[in-house]
Amino acid sequence: MTSAEPLSTAMSARPAEGQGQVRSERKQARRERWRLLRRRPAFVFGSVVLLFWLVCAIGGENVSPHGAKEIGLPSLQSPNGSYLFGTDQLGRDVLSRVMVGARDVLLTAPAVALLSVAGGTMLGLVAGYLRGAADEVISRVMEAILAIPVILIGLVVLTNFGTSRWVLILTVAFLFTPIVFRTVRAATLAEADLDYVTSARLRGEGAIFTMTREILPNISGPIIVEATVRVGYAVFTIATLQFIAGGGDPANPEWGNQIAQFYNQIQGGTWWPTVFPAVAIASLVIAINLIADSIESVYAA
Amino acid sequence: MSTIDQPTRTAALRLVDLEVAYLVRGVPREVLRGVSLEVAPGEAYGLVGESGCGKSTTAYAALRYLPANGRILGGQVFVDGVDVTTMSNRDLRDLRAKRASMVYQDPGSALNPVVRIGPQVIECFTLLGQSRSQAEQCALQALRHVRIADPERVMHRYPHQLSGGMQQRVVIAMALASNPKLLVLDEPTTGLDATVEAEVLDLVRTLRSETDAAILLIAHNLGVIRTMCDRVGVMYAGKVVEEGQAEQVFDDPQHPYTVGLLNCLPRRGVRKDEMLLATIPGTLPQIGTPLPTCVFVDRCHLATEVCRSDVPPVVDLGAGRYTRCHHADQVSALATLGRDHGVSVPESHRVVLEMREVSKTFRQQRHDVPALVGVDLGLEEGETLGLVGESGSGKSTLAKTMLGIHSPDAGGEVAIDGRAVAGSTTKRSADERRAVQMIFQNPDSALNRNWTVRRILKRSVTKLTGLKGKQADERVDALAESLKLTQRHLDLKPRQLSGGLKQRVAIARAFAGDPRIVVCDEPTSALDVSVQAAILNVLAELQAGDRTSYLFISHDLGVVRYLADRIAVMYLGRIMELGTTEQIFAGPNHPYTEALLSAVPSVDGDEKVRIPLSGEIPSPANPPAGCVFHTRCHRVIEGLCEVTEPEIRELADGHVMRCHLSVEQLETPVVIASAPSTTG
Repeated sequence: MTSAEPLSTAMSARPAEGQGQVRSERKQARRERWRLLRRRPAFVFGSVVLLFWLVCAIGGENVSPHGAKEIGLPSLQSPNGSYLFGTDQLGRDVLSRVMVGARDVLLTAPAVALLSVAGGTMLGLVAGYLRGAADEVISRVMEAILAIPVILIGLVVLTNFGTSRWVLILTVAFLFTPIVFRTVRAATLAEADLDYVTSARLRGEGAIFTMTREILPNISGPIIVEATVRVGYAVFTIATLQFIAGGGDPANPEWGNQIAQFYNQIQGGTWWPTVFPAVAIASLVIAINLIADSIESVYAA
Repeated sequence: MSTIDQPTRTAALRLVDLEVAYLVRGVPREVLRGVSLEVAPGEAYGLVGESGCGKSTTAYAALRYLPANGRILGGQVFVDGVDVTTMSNRDLRDLRAKRASMVYQDPGSALNPVVRIGPQVIECFTLLGQSRSQAEQCALQALRHVRIADPERVMHRYPHQLSGGMQQRVVIAMALASNPKLLVLDEPTTGLDATVEAEVLDLVRTLRSETDAAILLIAHNLGVIRTMCDRVGVMYAGKVVEEGQAEQVFDDPQHPYTVGLLNCLPRRGVRKDEMLLATIPGTLPQIGTPLPTCVFVDRCHLATEVCRSDVPPVVDLGAGRYTRCHHADQVSALATLGRDHGVSVPESHRVVLEMREVSKTFRQQRHDVPALVGVDLGLEEGETLGLVGESGSGKSTLAKTMLGIHSPDAGGEVAIDGRAVAGSTTKRSADERRAVQMIFQNPDSALNRNWTVRRILKRSVTKLTGLKGKQADERVDALAESLKLTQRHLDLKPRQLSGGLKQRVAIARAFAGDPRIVVCDEPTSALDVSVQAAILNVLAELQAGDRTSYLFISHDLGVVRYLADRIAVMYLGRIMELGTTEQIFAGPNHPYTEALLSAVPSVDGDEKVRIPLSGEIPSPANPPAGCVFHTRCHRVIEGLCEVTEPEIRELADGHVMRCHLSVEQLETPVVIASAPSTTG
């Protein structure tokens, strides 16, 4: 380890030629990162699964064998050659509903991640850079949010404001913000100790410039990883809240909603309308986490 | 090509044409290009060279302890007569446990932080097959052996509760547990203060006379090698280019690289107004670069056609000395090669910055910790004030208070051009801010790694001078030019630059707004000597041009002597002595300064009486009563120093110190009784 250090410094000290070459070097670094990613089986597998759900989400009923709300097929068919995932009691094709249901979750989960990362990053930067009283106040509030069980807050909000997509997105984003906050704050604390931040103070930079232009670009790695991980957890949390709230329009093919509708039929032997959406959720969460892990290790390298 | 005729005893370490490469993306890149050397039993052999030349790789290869991507491509390594390169893993483990040991640079990471010292030392002995109670006795004995006064107490401590010097003692005790034939020391004192370094080196020297372990010492500090080693090898680009007795190599170098390396150092009290330091042109080649003939040819003043076409011969100089050079007969001429004349700044005695009665107290866990106490300091236009002292003495706090990163306690003030300024930089005016800038120790953390050099410089220019657009661009270009940065460098990001270039960027940034005062916080301590020389020259030249004042913090007294006009010595947040560089180096000195000066290992081989500083620097939260230095002073006046804190008094014009002793008393030489060190 120690003897490898002079080596790595020697490597990094390599002078590059001209501006054109700088750009090509940056491109090369990106290509190198991409090459490392592609070599990871976990990343490839995760991407294939994610891609499948993306096709389902974008194509919707154009790619599904039947309409999501189309009723009247033979009801309660167990999975077979013509209905791969079987049909439910209203005679709807479970496969089609699962496929079309991907659209909802793939809209809401990234939105949740985006909002929580934006909020958490902002608060984390402020707390980590300003420290002192600002940090104390923000950190205590964030801890307070973390202390309340997700389900409890979700339930209260959803029963009061309904289960519309926007309520769902805002609720989960609110619940995720403290988690992103913690990551960003820790990264900011470490970064703010570096001398370039002192140097910025010495030339009279304001706090906002220092946080957004000096520090933020240097902590983009952990933020990108956090964002990816949040998408995965958002899928899960959204489905959970849909399941608990239960009262959505039964016609809508959201995965959590489907499970909520049919889970009590499992005991009666009708497992397929529940299990397939559950497997869908699991596969998407796992796929995104595999991708997140790969990105993290490539960034760490 | 063994340099010792027919060894009578088996060499403790023998490397024969060792070739090592690191795999970088699957491609082997050569680091060691045929290293041959031999260390006799009981001998101390030093390896010197700049970072990246393969010193550490040689040390690790000696115990076949290479990183995962390291490969031994050829040659052999014999430890105590046994070939390490072909050994089975079990034998290798046995060898490392019983016959060879290694001491690393950072003792903090060599010890397990969650295990007390006792079990860690005891383990070394149980591994040798001793019973638990035997091992415990041996561990106590081993700790006593490394001059730890109360081993029982130390055994109950965790590593973090010991100072760096004590940690390194423990590591050395563990390394010596097996009574090894070979002890490899890789930069064992690099992270330590000069005073602690001197203590550890004293210890190693004493231990050498007590055991017959051979020592392979890796150090970038040439003074350390000179004072510690019998023979040295000078490495460059993975090859030993010169080898011989330490004094001979350092006093009469016979390879152009050795000459270059030694010329980079400010030696024999040379000062910036006498001459600029020599530098070695160019940079160390990348590892793996094919260097079929002479490895140093691209940077050599003597290089001719033959150097590029033929492998240089090994020129035997007698007395076990050799050099690899085609022009060995011309090398002596290089040593006196005409150097640039020094630079001097006309004296002005106009005080640009003044600190009056500045104190700084930090509040930690409901305790007041005074980090600076009653500092009075004036900085004249165009002068360099050197600031020295052990770590924890308040040097950085003083600098940061001057810069406005910390605000001084009420009652003290910082004045620029005679006008008091706000304590905090954010409350200072733009002009007051641009007047005081800073160059940091570590350019890696001082430059935003996501910004290009151009953006870094331009932002400082616009922010500090108010210039915009084309004018700002011109100013950036001018700055870059004065620091010998090319347009190409401006478009790179810091990580694409070498350490020296990064520090140049940091200097350019500090000078963006034509500062009156620049605080230099150990600006060269992370750099190799050849790069250090270039940076010191740049600083001297910039100062001469702009009459800028420097507050120059450094632990390297040679560098301070070269650059500083006056020197302030700090201890526990107080200035203990302040005088011109001549006054400080001629004496009489404050006892603390005396100890600091005696701790510096000299490359020139002049013998000094070492004055050991017993114990640790006391906690500033709980400073000793009376004179704060009395607990470690070798000239204490009983009944006075522990009671009354001495006032600052003037010895000669401009030479002040805080000490009760009279000039006559300070001038009497000290008699040192060696005492075992205590824990702190």
